[in-house]
Amino acid sequence: MVADLRRCVGCQTCTAACKLTNATPPGIQWRRVLDIESGEYPDVRRTFVPVSCMHCGDPPCLGVCPTGATFKRDDGIVRIDPDVCIGCAYCAVACPYQQRHIVKRREFAYGAQATAAEDLRFEPRSVAVSTKCTFCSDRVDHAASPRLTPGIDPEVTPACVNSCIAGALHFGDRDDPDSNVSQLLAHSAHFRMHEELNTDPGFYYIVEDAP
Amino acid sequence: MISSVGRIAPWRQTNWEWRAAGNFLGGGSGAGLLASLPFVGSTVAPALALLGIGLVGCGLLCVWLEIGRPWRALNVYRRPSSSWMTREAMLAPLVFASGAAVAWRGGAAMEWLAAGLALLYVYFQARMLQGGRGIPLWRHPRVIALVVVTGVAEGFGLGVALLAAAEPGALPAVLAWLAAAALLVRAAVLIHYRRGLAGNAPTQALALLYRQILVDRLLTAAGMIGLVAGASFAGGRWPLMAGGLAALAAGWLLKYTIVVRASFNQGFALPSLPTRGPGRAAAGVRPGY
Repeated sequence: MVADLRRCVGCQTCTAACKLTNATPPGIQWRRVLDIESGEYPDVRRTFVPVSCMHCGDPPCLGVCPTGATFKRDDGIVRIDPDVCIGCAYCAVACPYQQRHIVKRREFAYGAQATAAEDLRFEPRSVAVSTKCTFCSDRVDHAASPRLTPGIDPEVTPACVNSCIAGALHFGDRDDPDSNVSQLLAHSAHFRMHEELNTDPGFYYIVEDAP
Repeated sequence: MISSVGRIAPWRQTNWEWRAAGNFLGGGSGAGLLASLPFVGSTVAPALALLGIGLVGCGLLCVWLEIGRPWRALNVYRRPSSSWMTREAMLAPLVFASGAAVAWRGGAAMEWLAAGLALLYVYFQARMLQGGRGIPLWRHPRVIALVVVTGVAEGFGLGVALLAAAEPGALPAVLAWLAAAALLVRAAVLIHYRRGLAGNAPTQALALLYRQILVDRLLTAAGMIGLVAGASFAGGRWPLMAGGLAALAAGWLLKYTIVVRASFNQGFALPSLPTRGPGRAAAGVRPGY
């Protein structure tokens, strides 16, 4: 995934789209956008930074998981099997991006009673186990049969990318030099979060055109 | 100046709290106590062995109480290839068995075996903590030696305190000297760890750690004085008890600080800020350091 920080306006539409798509419980946001003010007057900047699971090439959460619930798919997406996870939170303390979430019990957005939507979309398997962004892998998986391209065709693209009103979020195959994201990265200056930790994050941030 | 909507500066993790710390406290002290078995004498070794495995068991019970799906706990054995938590769980039954064997049959060979497995256990715990790469105080490689030697100092200190309280005449002087030596090594390892963290951890975490290190120095000094004085002079029951308990308290307080109180993550950092309009990218931000 690529976030063009020059374009992100901090509207949080991706946050809402993720919430809607994945029905995460109150307080849990697999995708959020940091809103950072920095500098001293008159040189002040405001930066919006979308963050989620980085789907690292060498995920710290994977090796520590004692159960094998965390696994990496062939396409690089890191997933969790909720039927195997024991909720030990080792992955949560191993993740340098704070993108693992555990809720101990079912919670509701409005008081002690579930709304009709919460009842409809409640997933008991997700309680008391680790959860995180999946890159909407269930959508991505639909790409195989109808020959659609994730990141290009909305049907097989993560919800956050589809919803981005500013065209700041992009999704694609970084191993394909002709893909949309590879082309974007080839023509821009970019960074990855906490790269010094050698996790090989799969989330890139563009800050300016290539020099 | 940096401000934000939502957290970007490091904050304290809440996933591992007192119950996780309990595993490192009980496991470290219990394993340290088991490691002292070859030096305590065959008369008291069975009782200390039972106490040692009891402490290790209490630590594991704490973890069991913490996990979200306790009835699936046996899944913990599924990834020995890479997870130190799996390895700790696989070693635990061997530690229990060797401790129980010392309690049941005794024997120098079994005491040494139990001691060796216990040291391996506390090493596994140290590696497990270091695997928490999201927490700067945990992921530093020097934390491994610190956790191991802290467990040894705690266990030997506890052994000295218990034997001094129960029957001062039965306390081998070598145990007190070894406890004092472990404290001395631990003090050096702690300095090494502290130096390694400078500039590599959030300021809030370091402030809490440094404050604890001041307390630690007092307890270590008290422990050393008590153990050396008690071992050097006959009838030094109270100094030995105080020294042993100081060693135990120093270890517990330090580990609780590292695992819970100062367990800040590294927050978010941007190496550079994006262009706005016709300008160039600006210098980045790394709050909390």
